[in-house]
Amino acid sequence: MATPDAVPAPLGLLAELTHRCPLGCPYCSNPLALDRDHEIDAATWARVFREAAALGVLQVHLSGGEPAARRDLPDIVKASRDAGLYSNLITSAVGLTPQTLAALADAGLDHVQISIQDCDEASADHIAGYRGALARKRAIAGEVVQLGLPLTINMVVHRANIGRIEPMVELALSLSASRVEIAHVQYYGWAMKNRAMLMPSRAQVDEAVRQVELLRTRHHGRIVIDAVVPDYFARFPKPCVGGWGRRSINVTPAGKVLPCHAAEVIPGLEFWNVGEHSLSEIWRNSPAFNAFRGEAWMQEPCRSCARREQDFGGCRCQAFLVAGDARATDPVCHLSPRHAVVEQLAAVREDVAYAYRRT
Amino acid sequence: MDSSAARLTGDARPRLPRGVRLAQSEAQGGWVLLAPERVFKADTITVEILKRCTGVSTLDEIVDDLAKAFTAPRERIHADVVNLLGALADKKLLEV
Repeated sequence: MATPDAVPAPLGLLAELTHRCPLGCPYCSNPLALDRDHEIDAATWARVFREAAALGVLQVHLSGGEPAARRDLPDIVKASRDAGLYSNLITSAVGLTPQTLAALADAGLDHVQISIQDCDEASADHIAGYRGALARKRAIAGEVVQLGLPLTINMVVHRANIGRIEPMVELALSLSASRVEIAHVQYYGWAMKNRAMLMPSRAQVDEAVRQVELLRTRHHGRIVIDAVVPDYFARFPKPCVGGWGRRSINVTPAGKVLPCHAAEVIPGLEFWNVGEHSLSEIWRNSPAFNAFRGEAWMQEPCRSCARREQDFGGCRCQAFLVAGDARATDPVCHLSPRHAVVEQLAAVREDVAYAYRRT
Repeated sequence: MDSSAARLTGDARPRLPRGVRLAQSEAQGGWVLLAPERVFKADTITVEILKRCTGVSTLDEIVDDLAKAFTAPRERIHADVVNLLGALADKKLLEV
């Protein structure tokens, strides 16, 4: 495939510093095959950050696994700041100490996002597969606010907690968060494995969407409520990662560069590594990034659809995982000839034990 | 529900909180406002207003300064400033 003439400038870099994590959330966004053998060092991350900034990246999302599992996290944060990037720590807060947090604030960290599994303690700890998780998260959230850092609470929503949107937002308010994300589970990797256990009903989803609207009005000016839509119940697909190879770069713990965190599920894509190529070379020329750039790869109904510049045909990983073809229209779209498959999957609910993600 | 605009009185000293900052990006085509998991393009007027939101100057001083710098009617500048800052405060991107 020809390289498109104008390759856009990326905006965000998702830096998966490690796949190690003390928690076992059954919807973890890490791949089923975790990077275990090798983690690139802080000096390599520093180079990646400089190359990212030169490409136009403005924000780096320091994620994992649990990024605090890396002892050199303060060095990594400092390197992102030195490169001129806005740094966002995406953490479970478990394994993050007040001392480390203070060092991160000194190193120039801009923002902290803490995941909370539920407002009900027993349920939260059960979902995380970690006793005492919620208590630790509350304590660290307090430290974040104490240090004057802005705090976002991220709440992943699924069948076990979808009825508690209101108290979850209340919890975020009580922790002095300035922002809360109500993120319905996206079914990839571990979440796909646990799909029947996580899937809410249509009635629950409708009520949850209504609740978010009500809470936005009630708390206007006090907390920002952002929502990630439950896409199996949507009419149109999400503009996944803002379009393939348009805005986002994902670097795995071992230095492999992906257009999105789930991209490795698509067979036949060739990913390049920061150990062998500069980020700029990878962004512009690597086969994986060019695989679904532009519109030449699209099939009908996307190819002639008025929305193709808005949602880019949806998610390539979901097209592969559900429709069996990475070039197909995301089957979440009601215009997809395979949309019935999504409706069938959304109707499967089984109360079984979670398959916890384990490192 | 409290309106942020109502708190923007003449003696308020607005400032960007930690985690919200202006930056210049050649690759992204100019000034941007960086915030928690969000990026906004900032036009010239927005940049001129936000550069003055240091927590030191009062709203009245900011408006006077802008009216002088742009030789524009004070009332219009005041309305623009309160509109912008009120919207940012509602999004938790400005401290009043």
